[in-house]
Amino acid sequence: MRARWNTVLVVAAISWLAVSALANDHRPAVARIAGLSVVEVGAGTWKPLYRPTPTTSELHVAAFWLMDRPVTNMDFLAFVSSHATYRRGAVASVFADERYLSHWQGALVLGAAARPNQPVTQVSWFAATAFCEAHGMRLPTEAEWELAAAASPTRKDGRSEARFRKAILDWYTTPRSELPDVTHGEPNLYGVHDLHGVIWEWVEDFNNAVVMADSRNQGDTSGDRFCGGGSLLAQDTLDYAAFMRVAMRSSLEASYTGAILGFRCAADGGTATEKLP
Amino acid sequence: MIHRSAFFAVTALAAVACNSPVAQAPTAQPAGAAPAAKAAETDTGGSAKGDFGPPVGAPVEAQLTTAPEVPAATGRKQPAKVVVDLEVREVVLPISEGVQYTFWTFGGHVPGRFIRVRQGDTVEFHLKNHPDNKMPHNIDLHAVTGPGGGAASSFTAPGHASQFTFKALNRGLYVYHCATAPVGMHIANGMYGLILVEPPEGLPPVDHEYYVMQGDFYTVGKYREKGPQGFDMQKAIEENATYVLFNGSEASLVGDNALKAKVGETVRLFVGNGGPNLVSSFHVIGEVFDRVYTEAGTRYQENVQTTVIPSGGAAIVEFKVEVPGTYVMVDHSIFRAFNKGALGMLKVEGEARKDLYSGKEIDSVYLADKASPSGVVQQATAESAQGTLSKSAQIAAGQALFQGTCSACHQADGKGLPNVFPPLAGSDFLNADKARAIGMPLNGRTGPITVNGQTYNSVMPPMSQLNDDEIANIMTYVYNSWGNSGKQVSAAEVKALRASTQAERPQGAAH
Repeated sequence: MRARWNTVLVVAAISWLAVSALANDHRPAVARIAGLSVVEVGAGTWKPLYRPTPTTSELHVAAFWLMDRPVTNMDFLAFVSSHATYRRGAVASVFADERYLSHWQGALVLGAAARPNQPVTQVSWFAATAFCEAHGMRLPTEAEWELAAAASPTRKDGRSEARFRKAILDWYTTPRSELPDVTHGEPNLYGVHDLHGVIWEWVEDFNNAVVMADSRNQGDTSGDRFCGGGSLLAQDTLDYAAFMRVAMRSSLEASYTGAILGFRCAADGGTATEKLP
Repeated sequence: MIHRSAFFAVTALAAVACNSPVAQAPTAQPAGAAPAAKAAETDTGGSAKGDFGPPVGAPVEAQLTTAPEVPAATGRKQPAKVVVDLEVREVVLPISEGVQYTFWTFGGHVPGRFIRVRQGDTVEFHLKNHPDNKMPHNIDLHAVTGPGGGAASSFTAPGHASQFTFKALNRGLYVYHCATAPVGMHIANGMYGLILVEPPEGLPPVDHEYYVMQGDFYTVGKYREKGPQGFDMQKAIEENATYVLFNGSEASLVGDNALKAKVGETVRLFVGNGGPNLVSSFHVIGEVFDRVYTEAGTRYQENVQTTVIPSGGAAIVEFKVEVPGTYVMVDHSIFRAFNKGALGMLKVEGEARKDLYSGKEIDSVYLADKASPSGVVQQATAESAQGTLSKSAQIAAGQALFQGTCSACHQADGKGLPNVFPPLAGSDFLNADKARAIGMPLNGRTGPITVNGQTYNSVMPPMSQLNDDEIANIMTYVYNSWGNSGKQVSAAEVKALRASTQAERPQGAAH
């Protein structure tokens, strides 16, 4: 318990420093797109777990807008209310598996197992993509998501911070429990909440950087589909959290849904935004 | 790659060096030495002779068991189609008393459920990843002939199921494990088990078959540190195990969970090692393995004391139990047994066999390793036996024993060493609780204690070489020295405490 309190105090101290620093120098750009709150992330470079090509180790990511929190049950209820083809029971089976929105009480009723402000889960890639399109946005690419998620509360790349890495890893290694409401966690440097410690999130190109289903086939990158293989090709073999995200993404198909699999939307940097009230 | 080439080159040289004397040997031996010819006659042919054609009859549902139970023999004489249903669960279970760990399991326990098929069977494998799980998983069965051992074909997201089919071409006992990135972490969290591929004629009958699987675990907290404990990646990379366990918990094979047999019965253990890192030196204290199918291969070695089980490998050991009592299974890399949990028990009931094993016949004092015990110790022992032991004789004997056993740490003047070894002189900790004080040499003590306002965080090992008389005399000497409270400790008190605190001592600590 003593260690835990120390952690809380240190985190609180770091957060305060972050806020002071931001006030001087890097206040996140905040806006709305189709009523959803977004923040500006990037531009930046992202070093994927696996080299994108044999001669490059980093990808340039242009500045983009990213929702500052995951899409909620309430958001998604509004969407299916106006998009009947994505209601539970009506959605085509090629677009969503049989567990689609199965924790909702009804096709248009959340019920006790789905609080309005919890992240929506049990949604397929198709449904997530349709939601974002309906809001003038798209899913973030893997590179965009990872660039945003690399930021700790104090640094653009927090992956060298042992505490930040451990906090991420701890979530992956504890069993699933009831999902908190969104904006439950501290925002990161960009002002984005809940990238770690709550849910897995769909990305636009989830099956792009595919880890081989047998993750030990390091050398065998045959087939255009497989950009990378197993651990020997990895650029940072200590980043177990990145391994787990890549493994998780590559286990998915676009119709799959999961009890802790949700999403948030993104938009290109030039996208017109609404003025904040 | 340079390293790898160099390694192979060295290996090749070593092989040449080892082979050359053997190559010359036949000229020096009688012509009748025909082990090679005999081996050829009995060669099972491996996978080349493991296909007995398509499955016959209706598909069979495999009966899977949780360790230490083993499914019954298949009893089949023809190849069958066997359907295996295995569900992956991520669960929190005690790894030690009061210590919880998040295990990733094939079937809800560590090790995974035992699968038993017959050579030539066609196995239709269904891997189900429970919807409540966070991770994708898959399975690599070492019994599978095919790339990845089924791993790519069984890669499964939470809330989904995969199916693949293989023919069990090789007989033997095989490890299966998860092979999803990061592989080491999935294995370290308990994702392994055993599949037995029986030879076509089955295995010879025995009275008991049991399933034991070793694994090493890496927690953020120290060994037996209470509460929920997370996986420690750095310790795993350094191969610095916090726990080394049989069947996933310190409690799996001790007390009421001990394996059981009766005098005169035969026991077969299917022993696997999931790793992820450590090679096991598997040993049963007080038994000799009559037969060991080394590395779970086809041939057996006889009369083996300790067998090496590689990580990701297995062995089959068989023995007859002749003498009643408790037999302790250990990894004979022995600190793992007594300081990391690699310990299980086989309890054998039945009539004593004094002709085979007498039990303790004589318990006499032998003090060769202690500093000048003089006659006072033996005199005290003799007086104790006669019931005439005086307090002054106890103190004299205790002082001699103290100098030999205790003074190295606590110092001859009982003042200890600052910050390292707590003082016995004028010690509030000592004087406050007599039973607790007797428990120190008897059971040892690990972790922080406060003595006279100072905190000491160290380890005192149990002084298992001291008998009840000796501990009573040492404690009486200590209590009557250096301003302590003058209490007297009797051998009977030590004996009673030894009996009531048996659970606190590592079993078999005397080995």
